[in-house]
Amino acid sequence: MPTQKPPQSNAQTPRQEGKWEQWRQRWDRIASNRRILPVLLAAGFVLSILIPRFNLVNPYIQLILMYVGINIILCTSLNLINGYMGEFSVGHAGFMAVGAYVSAVLTTMFIPTALNPWLFPLIVVVAGLATGLVGLVVAIPSFKTRGDYLAIVTLAFNMIVKSVIENIEAIGGPRGIPGIEKLTTLPWTFFWTVLAIWVIRNFVYSNFGRGVLSIREDEIASDLMSVNTRQAKLLAFTISSFFAGIAGALFAHLLQFISPRVFDIIKSTDVLIMVYLGGIGSITGSILGATIFTVLLEVLRPLGVWRMVLMPLVLVLLMLFRPRGIMGLREFRWLIPHYQLLAAHLWRKKKEATDAPAAS
Amino acid sequence: MTYFLQQLLNAMQLGSIYALIALGYTMVYGILTMINFAHGDLFMVGAFLCFIAATFLKLPFVPTLLLSMAGVALLGVAIERVAYKPLRQAPRVSAVITALGVGLFLENFTLVFSPYPQHVPALIANRTWTIGGVSISSLQIIIILLSIALMIILDLVVRRTMVGMAMRAISWDKSIVPLMGVPLDLIISITFAIGTSLGAAAGTMYSLAFPVIDPYMGILVGWKAFISAVVGGIGNIRGAMIGGFILGGVEIMVAAFMPSTYRDFVAFGLLLILLIFRPYGILGKPRPQKV
Repeated sequence: MPTQKPPQSNAQTPRQEGKWEQWRQRWDRIASNRRILPVLLAAGFVLSILIPRFNLVNPYIQLILMYVGINIILCTSLNLINGYMGEFSVGHAGFMAVGAYVSAVLTTMFIPTALNPWLFPLIVVVAGLATGLVGLVVAIPSFKTRGDYLAIVTLAFNMIVKSVIENIEAIGGPRGIPGIEKLTTLPWTFFWTVLAIWVIRNFVYSNFGRGVLSIREDEIASDLMSVNTRQAKLLAFTISSFFAGIAGALFAHLLQFISPRVFDIIKSTDVLIMVYLGGIGSITGSILGATIFTVLLEVLRPLGVWRMVLMPLVLVLLMLFRPRGIMGLREFRWLIPHYQLLAAHLWRKKKEATDAPAAS
Repeated sequence: MTYFLQQLLNAMQLGSIYALIALGYTMVYGILTMINFAHGDLFMVGAFLCFIAATFLKLPFVPTLLLSMAGVALLGVAIERVAYKPLRQAPRVSAVITALGVGLFLENFTLVFSPYPQHVPALIANRTWTIGGVSISSLQIIIILLSIALMIILDLVVRRTMVGMAMRAISWDKSIVPLMGVPLDLIISITFAIGTSLGAAAGTMYSLAFPVIDPYMGILVGWKAFISAVVGGIGNIRGAMIGGFILGGVEIMVAAFMPSTYRDFVAFGLLLILLIFRPYGILGKPRPQKV
């Protein structure tokens, strides 16, 4: 008889709640139907080609879309360190600077202009690899130092990168590199964004990623459980800085001008805010956080200076009422591996089965 | 040699300012284990209050200093009550991000009212003495002596008074000590008031030594002061003083004997090397970890 209960209670509830329930169910159906994902991705990619081709939306919005993509890459890669590994890295702009400078030097000084559009993907990869190598500079001190001391290492790293660039006259020194060709296009931004999300998501749910998570919970305990913490840290830092470098390369070829001042602490702070706005340890959160932050800053532009006052206020209020960010530790169902959802489902069923006789 | 002594004097001046700001970081960290990233911006607010008092109210040096310290102390306590207190049980990072947000808010709020850099009038008659080739200005003497006096007073307060004992007790254990009748909120407020007013004193002196101020001046100085707090061992008050003087010394000496653009590079490189050999700072002790 209890099976008849839900429709009865549904009929008794006020109309509004019924509507709410309906929306919730609709959302549930969307969330559990992950087979749409490849279709959506393909559609997005086609759209990203069509938009600049036929100027479907005005160039300003296209520009914002590209910045959103770049910020998503930055935010997801920083989330790997700050959210999943539980460290507090505050020098993400330093990695970005390395990627931006490597790619900009390649396109403006070494590779003939005619070849640039064809070699651009390769250049981005090279910039990412170079940044990944530089990421070791931060990864190796992280074996010993933790917490606030590691935060200082990353902060110092950011300042050192800025200072080194300022002192190399061959790459413009403090004046930066002007006149970079605009090579970042919407399809490429889309591609790299999806790739970054895909790789980091797969890494997080792989064996290595579970090791990274265990470091966040307790490093000594995970070491005792034979997690290779050094390897996990090395991998996490390298992957994170690899994607930061890619974001930097895309950023440099979108802004068309880079100088050391662009990549200072303020830029790092922006990325940090995006990560914590969205929610630590959640890729969905990173995507949301980066999108909301970027779009909100643009939408509030008519307010002038006051938007810069409003933004931090929003952040503080959000932190007061939702200390774990928008998503907290939760994840959108499409991003969770299938077997895990299945396991959770089975577990819930088993729990219901064991709870039921106890209740009656 | 005289050149070296001259630079040593400059290093003392910069170092004492760093040390004063670092004290604010380290006190708050010691009691709440939270990095108050708004502290650099409170330093900036201190400098702006000094500018307002000196330009519009035309106050002399001592009232200006007191006004700036009192104003920033009030602001610091208010920030703690409104923004940090609700987050004491929340994850540590959300408090840190809130602090970053508060800092950004202070910067941009000041920017709304002062879009251009401001010039602080000289409050101290500038006299210069030359002793053995080293020239000393009255401002330098006041900055160094006043900072050292403030630090000695702070050290006495923390080590010799009941309030200081309560602070040390709370930094030892935050859950048991309130049960012994120590008013937790009051002590935390006092800590914030003392720490931020020291930052404001540093801001006042900094704006007299380098008289052009702007709303973003607190970022770099604040981060550097934070670094000196970590070098000394964060949470350790004497460590913060030592760290401030070390960082000031290294910065000035590098700028004096090498191309000045290498300043940040060498200073932070040395910091990294120091952290490799002493991962918990000079006076810091590693906290025992339990599994």
